[in-house]
Amino acid sequence: MSNKDIISVNLKVWRQDGPNDKGRFEDYSLKEVNTHMSFLEMLDVLNENLMKEQKQPVEFDHDCREGICGSCNLVINGIPHGPEARTAACQLHMRHFNDGDTITIEPWRATAFPVIKDLVVDRNAFDRIMAAGGYVTVATGNAPDANAIPISKIDADSAMDYAVCIGCGACVAACPNSSASLFTGAKVAQLSKLPQGAPERKQRVKAMVEQMDKEGFGDCSNFAECEAVCPVGISITSIATMRTEYVKAMFS
Amino acid sequence: MASFANALQSQVGRKILTGLTGIFLTLFLVAHLSGNLSLLIPDGGEAFNRYADFLHDLGPLLWIAEIILVALFLIHAYIGISIYRNKKKARPVDYKYYKSQGGPSKQNFASKSMLISGSVILLFVILHVMHFKYHLFSPETYMTSYNGEEMVDLARHVEVAFLNPWIVAAYSFVMILIGVHLKHGVWSAFISLGAKNPKITPVLYVVGGVVAVLLAAGFLLLPLYIYINGGLS
Repeated sequence: MSNKDIISVNLKVWRQDGPNDKGRFEDYSLKEVNTHMSFLEMLDVLNENLMKEQKQPVEFDHDCREGICGSCNLVINGIPHGPEARTAACQLHMRHFNDGDTITIEPWRATAFPVIKDLVVDRNAFDRIMAAGGYVTVATGNAPDANAIPISKIDADSAMDYAVCIGCGACVAACPNSSASLFTGAKVAQLSKLPQGAPERKQRVKAMVEQMDKEGFGDCSNFAECEAVCPVGISITSIATMRTEYVKAMFS
Repeated sequence: MASFANALQSQVGRKILTGLTGIFLTLFLVAHLSGNLSLLIPDGGEAFNRYADFLHDLGPLLWIAEIILVALFLIHAYIGISIYRNKKKARPVDYKYYKSQGGPSKQNFASKSMLISGSVILLFVILHVMHFKYHLFSPETYMTSYNGEEMVDLARHVEVAFLNPWIVAAYSFVMILIGVHLKHGVWSAFISLGAKNPKITPVLYVVGGVVAVLLAAGFLLLPLYIYINGGLS
């Protein structure tokens, strides 16, 4: 944590020209980094400098920069989303680094998340898992009355704890096995808590687990590293729920 | 049935099988240890020998138990190895820098070395059975008799083995490894079998640690006692 307003940092950034190219680390030095900037704003400054030098800017994913869209995906000094717990990379501020620090930035690394360019990876595998079963039956027509379906406070809160998943993929990136169990588990657990999820409950868990297998994610070894890096703090109880849901679906 | 077979092949099914086989193997260790500890009864090994003789006389029942045990070991080991192979496939290019975030993470020496500790334990189990069942390292068979009933003096066999410092050192090392394996394994099995109450899971982690220490310490007791004491009595 730096008390200074301006620090200088050295960056080691993964550069990769395309999906089939071999990547490499490139070193950059930023002299005047305002510690009130976010990590992505620091990268914006780096890219401004690179463009002034007629060089290719570093490609990285971002959208809302408010920690809710799940677009930013940087492994910062070996930890997805960086050293601050429950913080997406876009919400990480430069004050958490010290003057003269060397910061390593890598993309999510997983077969199921192939690198498109530099720090940008293809996370469509998550969308395909969702398409396999992460939906509910909805009657079309007028909007239903509010509170037409009573749900207990406990179930609603529990479902919300899983529904906060922003689909960023940090769980996969941090997992030593590259497992997508926390993501898939969160979706399964969320919908299993709600009456709206009941009609597809059994087919959902089977289909989502099957799709997760197909995408080439690794197995879960209950390391709980996913929970540690999750920017919204989803618990591995979601993974345990996915397993009980799976067994229930198999034996009924 | 086809879908059930597929389910066992899925990531979730494999994990549940790993947990189930792991729990049965741990229960086997508890039974094995209670048998071992009967050697500490100061009766010249009679209780232990009678227990071994009783198991031996079970005949076909013992074979069935042995086949089940071998199956448990093989399923557990096979899935463990396949998890490692999948892990290599799932991330062919590794991070240059990788660090644990800490906090709720259970990444530690025990959890990261499951494949290595498991492989050493599997190798040990093979040698251990060769040693005490097939007399590989000590060919002579000791006999004894109680009230005219002739039986193998397995207690003497154990005593001779654990007077050898190399065997004691090797056993002690593997028993500690079993403790390390169980430290992550017991807790992980509970989560794999669906333990999801956030009030209970931290307790289960502690329980896993306690089971690991108790079993490792229990198995360490006998070789160390025999060696330091210079024999059983």
